[in-house]
Amino acid sequence: MKLVNKTNIGWLILAIATFLILQLAVSTGLISAYYEITLVTILINVILAVGLNLIIGFSGQFSLGHAGFMAIGAYTAGIISKYFPHYGGLFLGIIGGIILTSIVALIVGVPTLRLKGDYLAIATLGVAEIIRITIVNMQNVTNGAAGLSGIPYLAKWPLVYVFAVLTVLIVVNYTRSSPGRATIAIREDEIAAESMGINTTKYKTIAFVLGAATAAVGGALHASYFSVIRPGDFTFNKSIDILIIVVFGGIGSVTGSIIAAIVLGILNVFLQPFGSLRMIIYALALIVIMIFKPSGLLGNKEFTISGLLHLFGRKSTIKEEGKK
Amino acid sequence: MSLLEVKKLTKYFGGLSAVSNVNLELKSNELVGLIGPNGAGKTTLFNLLTGVYQPSEGTIDIENDGKKESVVGKKTYTITDMGFGRTFQNIRLFKDLTVLDNVLIAMHSKSKVGTLKSILRLPSYYASEEKMKQEAIELLKIFSLENKISELAKNLPYGEQRRLEIVRALATKPKVLFLDEPAAGMNPQETADLTALIRQIQKDFKMTILLIEHDMSLVMNVCERIYVLEYGRMIAHGTPEEIKANDQVIKAYLGGE
Ligand SMILES: Nc1ncnc2c1ncn2[C@@H]1O[C@H](COP(=O)(O)OP(=O)(O)OP(=O)(O)O)[C@@H](O)[C@H]1O
Ligand SMILES: [Mg+2]
Repeated sequence: MKLVNKTNIGWLILAIATFLILQLAVSTGLISAYYEITLVTILINVILAVGLNLIIGFSGQFSLGHAGFMAIGAYTAGIISKYFPHYGGLFLGIIGGIILTSIVALIVGVPTLRLKGDYLAIATLGVAEIIRITIVNMQNVTNGAAGLSGIPYLAKWPLVYVFAVLTVLIVVNYTRSSPGRATIAIREDEIAAESMGINTTKYKTIAFVLGAATAAVGGALHASYFSVIRPGDFTFNKSIDILIIVVFGGIGSVTGSIIAAIVLGILNVFLQPFGSLRMIIYALALIVIMIFKPSGLLGNKEFTISGLLHLFGRKSTIKEEGKK
Repeated sequence: MSLLEVKKLTKYFGGLSAVSNVNLELKSNELVGLIGPNGAGKTTLFNLLTGVYQPSEGTIDIENDGKKESVVGKKTYTITDMGFGRTFQNIRLFKDLTVLDNVLIAMHSKSKVGTLKSILRLPSYYASEEKMKQEAIELLKIFSLENKISELAKNLPYGEQRRLEIVRALATKPKVLFLDEPAAGMNPQETADLTALIRQIQKDFKMTILLIEHDMSLVMNVCERIYVLEYGRMIAHGTPEEIKANDQVIKAYLGGE
């Protein structure tokens, strides 16, 4: 395994090519201002879903509070960048959001992740609600239920794109490393993992905090792109929306989460004209897909470049991969 | 000094005492057998020694850095880190992961590869990753599994899964290895081969091994000392010759066969 190998270069080219295509589509007006909102929503959902997948799909813990962590990121970045309306302020806000979220995640995670079982789900469910209610009640800082408006629009889509790529890179690097393998071992068999010397609480907590931190980044970008945030944007429904992307793409598949965010984002656009029927059709579409593919689009497999090349019959690449 | 010293160890499950008043001692560099009929409490004893269960009564002391230390109340991973590895009677491999990953996972805690280093992919990350992989392959070679590194653990034939369990336990670099019926379900030839291999690694790695095994004759052949459990109580302890001649053992164990 080297830094400069075919797979890494392949992904780098894919990331740059996608960016250039999007850039072209935006500048020629193919992606109108309206569809740019869809693009950014998809990118933010990629960040949120990949982070949640790290918690659910890799450490095997169940978090239902992603929207809560997103809210912390959104409000921290929103408030700070209103004071400092330039990129410095936004980055300060993102970092502040990450730190604050990590602290809250530690407070929730350390006691619950010591236990075996799905205690995290209940705890995060409660904490997300506490976060939202706190925001509603901190009237003089957050402007309460009315929400925060006039947040400087700094997170243009290319910046969101860069953050999405970075988030994916961080999560993939982590999951494909020694600590990442330790984390996956916990998902596979907690008792065996512990018998192999793995501090299960520690790695469950790392995955949880890392996942929560990415939610803060997603929230911060959301605030900066849309300029308006309300506590109502970060309810339990939002957590479920992200959970749906993770489950739909395949629990434990990063590429699955990315594809699911794109597919569901586009599906939402097509369903726009259906008005209130939209949610019903959306739900039905999900049900149909889950019936035919219960483990999600990709299961726990990853979409790989060598796999794609294989599909096109270029078997030589595969052979080389195998030789390594 | 003994590596492990167990005194008056007792474990109740409700009204049942699965292990009662057990004394046991392991010195460095020995291969010790633990035998007893089904339900005698052998696996429960292993679970107590490795912190999976907490004892109801009694003490478990180990030698750590030349000092005597109690492991009661310690977490399983801490005990593993102190040099006590184990295998499981009901194979508990990471089934959906590759053979290599199974071994690498066991090497993780001693490898000291940190989270930040992994995320940032510093050059030293690739170096330690490569080193771990080479070490893992060396261990797999001992058990003739080096050609299977990319296979999923669940796709290995049964006997190889049992061997991978041992490789994985060895990868934690134990001073003491607890093997829970490593040859269960194997045919007599496979069992004999595996037992010979266990004897070999015990010598090569200068380890202490506590071996649970149902096949009496095998245990008699390779072990220096043998403990016999029955209904949770240690009914006998001694050299193979002493055990063979022990009336209680003959009645409880051999007689029942
Ligand atoms: N977690 C548990 N809860 C309740 N009872 C248990 C538990 N674990 C073991 N036991 C009981 O303790 C006794 C000893 O079981 P153990 O598995 O230690 O026996 P063993 O000597 O390993 O037997 P075998 O040769 O069949 O593996 C049995 O009666 C078993 O049913
Ligand atoms: Mg047993």
